[in-house]
Amino acid sequence: MKMQFKTPLAWLQVSRERGRLMVAMAGIAFADMLMFMQLGFRTALYESNTLLHRSLDADLVLMNPQGRNITNLTHFPRRRLYQALSFQGVASAEPFYADFLDWKNPQTRIKTSILVLGFNPEKSAFKLPEVEQNLDKLKFPDTMLFDRGSRGDYTSTLEALDKGQPVTTEMRDRKITINGLFISGASFAADGNVITSDLNFLRVFDNRRSNQVSAGLIKLEPGVDPKQMAATLQANLPKDVRVLTLAEFAKVEEAYWANNTPIGFIFTLGAAIGFIVGIVIVYQILSSDVADHLAEYATLKAMGYRDLYLLGVVFQEALILAVLGFFPGFGISYGLYALTRGATNLPLFMTLDRVITVLILTIIMCASSGAIATRKLRSADPADIF
Amino acid sequence: MNSLGQPTIAIQNLDFYYGQGNLRKQTLFDINLEINAGEIVIMTGPSGSGKTTLLTLIGCLRSIQTGSLKILGQELAGASKEQMIQIRRYVGYIFQAHNLLKSLTAKQNVLMSLELHSIAIAQTHQQAETMLTEVGLADRMDYYPANLSGGQKQRVAIARALASHPKLVLADEPTAALDKKSGRDVVEVMQKLAKEQGCTILLVTHDNRILDIADRILYMEDGRLASQSGTLALTEG
Repeated sequence: MKMQFKTPLAWLQVSRERGRLMVAMAGIAFADMLMFMQLGFRTALYESNTLLHRSLDADLVLMNPQGRNITNLTHFPRRRLYQALSFQGVASAEPFYADFLDWKNPQTRIKTSILVLGFNPEKSAFKLPEVEQNLDKLKFPDTMLFDRGSRGDYTSTLEALDKGQPVTTEMRDRKITINGLFISGASFAADGNVITSDLNFLRVFDNRRSNQVSAGLIKLEPGVDPKQMAATLQANLPKDVRVLTLAEFAKVEEAYWANNTPIGFIFTLGAAIGFIVGIVIVYQILSSDVADHLAEYATLKAMGYRDLYLLGVVFQEALILAVLGFFPGFGISYGLYALTRGATNLPLFMTLDRVITVLILTIIMCASSGAIATRKLRSADPADIF
Repeated sequence: MNSLGQPTIAIQNLDFYYGQGNLRKQTLFDINLEINAGEIVIMTGPSGSGKTTLLTLIGCLRSIQTGSLKILGQELAGASKEQMIQIRRYVGYIFQAHNLLKSLTAKQNVLMSLELHSIAIAQTHQQAETMLTEVGLADRMDYYPANLSGGQKQRVAIARALASHPKLVLADEPTAALDKKSGRDVVEVMQKLAKEQGCTILLVTHDNRILDIADRILYMEDGRLASQSGTLALTEG
């Protein structure tokens, strides 16, 4: 005996109409691809802009309350760091400098903007092994480390550096030597990053003084709660600094891109458009499917099937389409993620929670289309058809 | 006639109107009819005389307006939607167009009718196969309607209507779309099965070639049943 189930009408109808099934799957796959890409870009935007933040070797971060994001931190008096150091539980408080400038791309000699990060090279400010290994190099004047994840034409620069050959270029009329690499990655804010010592930073940005720091990196004694300590410092330090945990510091950057630029909104809108396109396509497919089967549905009613059964058939078809269309959509997006990662260095990864989100959105999308399509069922009246 | 117990169909003073207000038009006038268990009755008459309307009323596809209509003793006047759905399950309906589900095989089409009744699934498969064998389609069970001839499709429709052994079968022009030979085959299959199962058949047709299978012939014109007593002598040729 082949099967011991009732006749699966929805599945048989969906699978029998190959052409229609292909069109529906293509439409849903397209909608899913739009949602995957847009949601992926949105997350990549936030992640790529906080990658650097999250690799900082600090428990708490001090910043100027006026600071907006890593390229616009402004500055505050270094004295606040010494004040913070006097609190019990604070192990260290180091200055950190960050600013944008145009440098000459060492390969093309074209001016490009780059984010320069400076700190005391006695101890790495980043939890990046390559930075830790190259700390001694930063102690030389006008020497920097270059982010191999930077966006732009740097192939020959990277090749030379990988062979251990230093590369020279210019920054504000100073000759700069790059003799090391690290990896963090380009972001929407900066095409590339360089790391240097605090002294080198101040040599390049000769208008900045050493007591105007961009941020303060605070490490706590083991066992001290960062949240509690942040509250204590915030309550006792003057109002010209803001005390944040490292996670909150990353959130400030995220909030900046989410609120102060339309980028977050655009990607959310893009995903919403994908969702609506999906509803329209699935509705078209389902309603023409119902129209084609109207006489058959009327026959089923004449035989004694309830309206509820027919509603069930339409919803089952919607769900089957949702699942069948999701897989190619997922596959295409997976490929496009890899392609985009290769082309842009954006951290675009397929995460489980995004897969679940898009699957749920697809099911909602198909169920809504099914709900609209069932309105046509009302005309399946056996008395009017025969 | 041979009416021990209740008649399968009992109609009294049945009127039916289409439309509302000024457009209201009477289609059926004072229909009185009794059909007994096991009878094969053919209803004939010109197009637009109200035959199909009467058939849809008996088949619970429309609600009764005035008068009384009882099927298997159950009054349809004032029946609820749910009651009508329940009665439909005990009436086999054969349409002019076969109305098979084109995404389903012959066997699956028959199963759709059996699955309305509380029958074990293994048994529905067995019953569907038996039924299709009886209509002569043992070797066509897994064919889709698109791959069957007109006569074969109508025979699947008959298997579907009769599979659950209904007490009453209603057929609306079942031979209209068929050639003479297949039309003849189809009604003979119907007649044979009806006699075996002891079910009542009411058949609406224009087709003079099949009148001889009837126990009784009704003639309808302008919404009135003209003749009720004209039992033909040709039964069971």
